[in-house]
Amino acid sequence: MSVKATKEEKEKETEEEKLPEDLDLKVKKYLRGGAANFDDLKDKKLKGQLSHREFLYGASAKAAAKYEKWLMPSEGGYLEADGPVEKTWRIKQEDIRREVDISSSRNQHDVILPEFSPYTLDFTSNGQYMAAAGRKGHLAIVDVKNMIPRREIQVGETVRDVVFLQDQSFFAAAQKKYTYIYGQEGIEAHCLKDQGAVLKLQFLKNHFLLASINKFGQLHYEDVSMGAMIGNIRTGLGRTDVMQVNPYNAVVALGHSGGTVTMWKPTSSAPLVKMLCHHGPVSALAFHPNGRLMATAGKERKIKLWDLRKFEVLQTLPGHAKTLDFSQKGLLACGTGSFVQVLSDFSGTQNYSRYMNHSMVKGYKISNLLFRPYEDVLGIGHSMGWSSILIPGSGEPNFDSWVANPFETRKQRGEKEVHLLLDKLPPETIMLDPTKIGTVKTARKKEKSTKKEIEAEMEATVEAVKEGINMKKKTKGRSKPSKKLKKRQEIIAKAKRPFLEQQMHDGQLTIKKQKISEEVALPKSLQRFARKKAAT
Amino acid sequence: MKVKTISRSTDEFTRERSNDLQRVFRNYDPKLRPQEKAVEYVRALNAAKLEKIFGRPFVGAMEHNEAISCMAKNPNHLKGIFAGSEDGDIRLWDITSRRTVRKFPGHRGAVRGLTASTDGSRLVSCGADCIIRRWTVPVEDSSEDSVKPEDFHISKNAYWGVDHQWKGDQFATVGAQVDIWNHTSNAPVRSFQWGTDTVISVRFNPGHPDLLATSASDRSITLYDVKTTIPIKKLIMQTKTNSIAWNPMEPMNFTAANEDGNCYSYDLRKLNEATMVHTDHAAAVMDIDYSPTGREFVTGSYDRTVRIFRYNGGHSREIYHTSRMQRVFCVKFSCDASYVISGSDDYNLRLWKAMASEQLGVLLPREKKRHEYDEALKNRYKHLPEVKRILRFGLGTLFLVCIKVYTYQYESSFSPLLLCTGLDTGTTRGHTWCTRVSSSAQGHWR
Repeated sequence: MSVKATKEEKEKETEEEKLPEDLDLKVKKYLRGGAANFDDLKDKKLKGQLSHREFLYGASAKAAAKYEKWLMPSEGGYLEADGPVEKTWRIKQEDIRREVDISSSRNQHDVILPEFSPYTLDFTSNGQYMAAAGRKGHLAIVDVKNMIPRREIQVGETVRDVVFLQDQSFFAAAQKKYTYIYGQEGIEAHCLKDQGAVLKLQFLKNHFLLASINKFGQLHYEDVSMGAMIGNIRTGLGRTDVMQVNPYNAVVALGHSGGTVTMWKPTSSAPLVKMLCHHGPVSALAFHPNGRLMATAGKERKIKLWDLRKFEVLQTLPGHAKTLDFSQKGLLACGTGSFVQVLSDFSGTQNYSRYMNHSMVKGYKISNLLFRPYEDVLGIGHSMGWSSILIPGSGEPNFDSWVANPFETRKQRGEKEVHLLLDKLPPETIMLDPTKIGTVKTARKKEKSTKKEIEAEMEATVEAVKEGINMKKKTKGRSKPSKKLKKRQEIIAKAKRPFLEQQMHDGQLTIKKQKISEEVALPKSLQRFARKKAAT
Repeated sequence: MKVKTISRSTDEFTRERSNDLQRVFRNYDPKLRPQEKAVEYVRALNAAKLEKIFGRPFVGAMEHNEAISCMAKNPNHLKGIFAGSEDGDIRLWDITSRRTVRKFPGHRGAVRGLTASTDGSRLVSCGADCIIRRWTVPVEDSSEDSVKPEDFHISKNAYWGVDHQWKGDQFATVGAQVDIWNHTSNAPVRSFQWGTDTVISVRFNPGHPDLLATSASDRSITLYDVKTTIPIKKLIMQTKTNSIAWNPMEPMNFTAANEDGNCYSYDLRKLNEATMVHTDHAAAVMDIDYSPTGREFVTGSYDRTVRIFRYNGGHSREIYHTSRMQRVFCVKFSCDASYVISGSDDYNLRLWKAMASEQLGVLLPREKKRHEYDEALKNRYKHLPEVKRILRFGLGTLFLVCIKVYTYQYESSFSPLLLCTGLDTGTTRGHTWCTRVSSSAQGHWR
């Protein structure tokens, strides 16, 4: 009996040891970064308090990781091929339809509306409603969960883009001359005349900011809760219709015809980042939800994946893409012509490869691709209407009711709107690294280096300059040795100048007064006996 | 091929009957919450603002016929407080209804000291008429309005204060010298004297029942042990100490309320150096009392204000003042650490909340959780400049800026400073009872 008991104990021990291996990754996710280092702290009380806090953080992350298996019951979708011969990208939508249950197969459909082509789509954050805008003036709000069109209006002029505001009760449409905001019943609520003829709209959910880029390349931020203009930035880089918001830090990125991608925040007139991405114009842009990965497509048939921390290319893929979109789980959809390609980084390695393909009827030109949140569905807006196809494994299976609830009731929607307004972020909080809020700003102290250090620096620069001098070979008697020497001395003096100016500014150096030579001090009759300095 | 897509059935995710609660699903993944630090910061800012908006500390006033000179708590009854005034009127007040429960008439001059016995059944009072009186505190049921004294003793000199042991049967009175009494004896059991000056206040130690501290008008603080015949230690300061309070949670520490406006905290084992100097009052501090948690104490001062300090804080956490409240002579922290009672020169006992923005009454668990969350947020972001400004100076600073602009635009004859003193919330870090002027101004700018 006792032997059995010890065996059970050993099993329990091994089980407990096994758990941490699985949990480690999950715990890392909840820890939000590494632990702080308290070795330099001299205050013992503060050290004790902070290490206790760190312990609590670790404990809460562990608890969250442990309870995941009860809190998040649903597992995501997947598509796996049988054997090495079958490839996932050869699997067609019809094949998937046969294998999947009826409610999912309802998500696969095509809506053909050839008169108001081409269509732009937008989804609400819970994936319950879709706004579709046909270029020839058709605006429609569709309840995609139950496949019921809620409101349709015909505005009678060109509509270039449509975007939902905080939820399905308001949406903004970029029309021919101005941007209009419509209410739930399709009634025009506001006409925003400041923005001009807008090409693309984006909504920053946490800040209630409507960002728009117009024909002249002006980026305009409007606070829709107050109705005030927050920023109007003249980018100076020309007309562009490639605009995306980075969901991680709410920074707006524009892709320009010179191949540059610029990132903006509403409070500064200069871009935060300006990076040269492609040799030709940038045709599409998309951000991964974790904020560290950016996909850009250029007209020179290249799709590049960038690491946004180091601003380096991670991967270059061949192909055109008129539109790009990342799903919640990190799948990348690229659309050109009538062909959609979905790429996936299997097991999170950030190495993207083919996952699924879908070709539509030959005449259809894809204008807009958008993944539906919390569902395995990809919405395609094209020249003959809109379609939706199934991409297993693209949506987040477990939603949080307080963040986005696909089963929202009317009351819950109203309460959520109030909470969103209460938590509305001021536009000053938009920055490249959003985790900097609440941290200590290191004060920049102007270090006054000692005299020796300055001299050493000066000598070092002079040495560097001396090595780098390349004298040009001049003809017609212009390259005499004396002239060459003079030129050399000029270059060295130029290199020394900033240090001497700094020293003068600090007051350490004063113009040396010329010593009255001995010659002059002596009376005239004795001057010929004065010691003359040897010529240097 | 193996396929599976997300398909959620409506019945799994919605409630069954209309009288059920709505179903809530959680996913704590940080990926779903972008800019969470900024959201937390905004919530902390809102929590700080709400704390100032809900900061209404004044609860009520209880009136006497003369200036109030002393108060006593009854540790066995949370609701009651004894207060004695300068015309000899002692009353037992019911704090919840703010009405007099019993009167203890008898003293002819000012009542200088009041104390309740350990079991709460007896009250001892001493006055400027050189008399000590002992009373039995009546039980709730008895119908008598005023109580007859049980016993009294007359002496040659006026008494200045009285205090009862925390555990035991003895109490001490101070005046010309320190006398230790028993409830049964007719004469003092023991007398101490060190020096010839009057002893003005006395306090027994909560931890060690025989240890007591007194302060005298020769600027000294003396420690005595009731069991011995000679005093233990004497500390002489630069100015007179008006009152002493022991920390009930750390009985080796006591804080002395001094005439120079500061409170000095000492460890009784090391009296040569104060462990903390609490500065903020503008005039003499008249009385001091610790909260039962030992983490805060309240002081009342001659400068018409009541301040609450943290036990290790150099500056006050909170300041309470009213234009109607004159010199504050005595303060007490209630036994449940929620209220502060101040007795002042204008014949009134005032009841204040210890935490000005606290919601009183029974809280729903959700409300409690929300308050805890707000406290945690304010704690985390209290060093950031905006939040710090609101927590220290209140919302008035926002309106100060607005009103300054107003005056410059309209070239008012009032200087900005004059207008601002009308807004009490702006100039002081505290709360006023009568905020009619400022609240209307606030309403205007809101």
